[in-house]
Amino acid sequence: MPLELVETGQEQATEQEYLWTLNFGPQHPATHTTLRLILTLDGERVVKAVPDIGFLHSGFEKLGEDLTFNQYVTVVDRMNYISPIANEIAWFHVVEKLLGIELTPRCKYLRTIFGELMRLHDHLLNVGTSALDLGAFTPFLYAFYQRELIYDLCEYASGQRFHGSYLRVGGLLYDVDDAWIRKLREFLNGFPKAHGDIARLLSRNRIFIERMRGIGVLSKEDAINFSCSGPVARASGVVRDLRKDEPYLAYGELRDAFQVVCSDAGDCYARYLVRMEEMLESIKIIRAAVENLPGGPVNVGVEGKAVLPDKNATYRSIEALIQHFELIMTNRGYPAPVEEVYGAIESPNGELGFYLVSDGTDRPYRCRTRPPSLIHFAVFPHLVVGHQLSDVVAILGSLNIIAAELDR
Amino acid sequence: MDHAETLQKLEQRFGTLRTSEFRDNLRIIVRPDQVAEVLRFLKEQLGFDFLVDITAVDYLHYPEAQDRFGVVWCLLNTASGERLILKTFLNEPDLTLPSACSLWRGADWMERELYDMYGIVFEGHPDLRRLLLPEAFTAFPLRKDYPLRGRGERHNFPVITRAES
Repeated sequence: MPLELVETGQEQATEQEYLWTLNFGPQHPATHTTLRLILTLDGERVVKAVPDIGFLHSGFEKLGEDLTFNQYVTVVDRMNYISPIANEIAWFHVVEKLLGIELTPRCKYLRTIFGELMRLHDHLLNVGTSALDLGAFTPFLYAFYQRELIYDLCEYASGQRFHGSYLRVGGLLYDVDDAWIRKLREFLNGFPKAHGDIARLLSRNRIFIERMRGIGVLSKEDAINFSCSGPVARASGVVRDLRKDEPYLAYGELRDAFQVVCSDAGDCYARYLVRMEEMLESIKIIRAAVENLPGGPVNVGVEGKAVLPDKNATYRSIEALIQHFELIMTNRGYPAPVEEVYGAIESPNGELGFYLVSDGTDRPYRCRTRPPSLIHFAVFPHLVVGHQLSDVVAILGSLNIIAAELDR
Repeated sequence: MDHAETLQKLEQRFGTLRTSEFRDNLRIIVRPDQVAEVLRFLKEQLGFDFLVDITAVDYLHYPEAQDRFGVVWCLLNTASGERLILKTFLNEPDLTLPSACSLWRGADWMERELYDMYGIVFEGHPDLRRLLLPEAFTAFPLRKDYPLRGRGERHNFPVITRAES
């Protein structure tokens, strides 16, 4: 039930004796992975929430300092494992910015298509599970069926369903073929119906709306002050989308194909609606990208000395074989500028950036991730105060916290 | 993105500043004691209202490095879309910096993470505790002198039996 935000009386209430503490997580169905909240409650009303995170900390950034740019892709995949290829796009966006590699047009379009598929992937999961947490099971199944189709596309293209490890410096692991394009078109044709099914079950569902509307309101000023980005910020009226504002890949050429979805309500329902509409915009981008998909090579040429030659060339020509060994052997590698660079893309969750420091080798000296989940979760204690215990789940779901990215 | 106007205003206020540029990143390098003032000026006068990220780098094995730690604030002006990187260098034993929490509430967890990983202390932070690692952890693992491989910190932690828990 939406509560009126009268004064929460936080200062006053903490002195009273009937406050009780509830330990929420680390293992709880609504946290989806492991994160812990220590909630101070006045009856069912949350007076204070203290997050305790780090249960999934695996030292990804330390690990990155020991891996080459290409090897780190498998680790990057596991940050936001809901949309793995979007993380890869962010990582290689920064690596290629450091190395100064200009991608081929085909690669740009293919990466754009995968980036948008990952946005669908992420938003579907978020909408599905946030509905599931509020008791609606069917939309979750509809969403997961569509995610399954995207997994099939990933598997077809990269050989792996879950963690694609599909990108490489200067290109992709494999090019896609016509059969993949056919499968993608089938998916695009089927998706609007599934999206409509989910929307019909949720968007005007009275129970769902009453659990979401007016809950966890984030004002525009707070969204900027708390460094929020992506759907969370756009639902609060921050008109900012890196795909439009700082176009990367093929978004500059496709800028007329899509619009930025915004809302000014800033509550959980607005975040849900923004994600739902963004999915339709993603479909438009993918359609436009597939129709305009350029031919030609998918990887940049081997002259750059940083790019793995494709397997056919490796087996058939001496130059490519040498290049392959130069890149693969541990005592070889290629020089990179002794510089540092920050770059970011619009991942499904918000601005996903990397601060990459290079000491001149093909291994990062330091690779800091700017994880949107961490930054959004820092807002959570601010959003939840004054709401009911049951709203904790709604707010947590609407922020889309992926604990692997949160803790890295 | 054109940084000329921003640079001009900054230099009017703070005199000549060390800057460096790479790709589209403009870095402004200041002394640690200038950080608080520059950050406040950037936010309040030049409209850099969005703190993208705070991070640090340990330059222990870096070629030709003069200082041990570098701390980096990535800023963004949401109105104009201009990005700016503010950078400062720190050396042991004085690893303290002013906290940016009073300017951006988003700085809270970013600073806690830096304290956690590098041991950089942000003065004026409301609640500077470890963020990702447990409180009992004694080391700062993203420093370059912390080994990548090893048996970890297990021996430092107490073992709790079921009866004690």
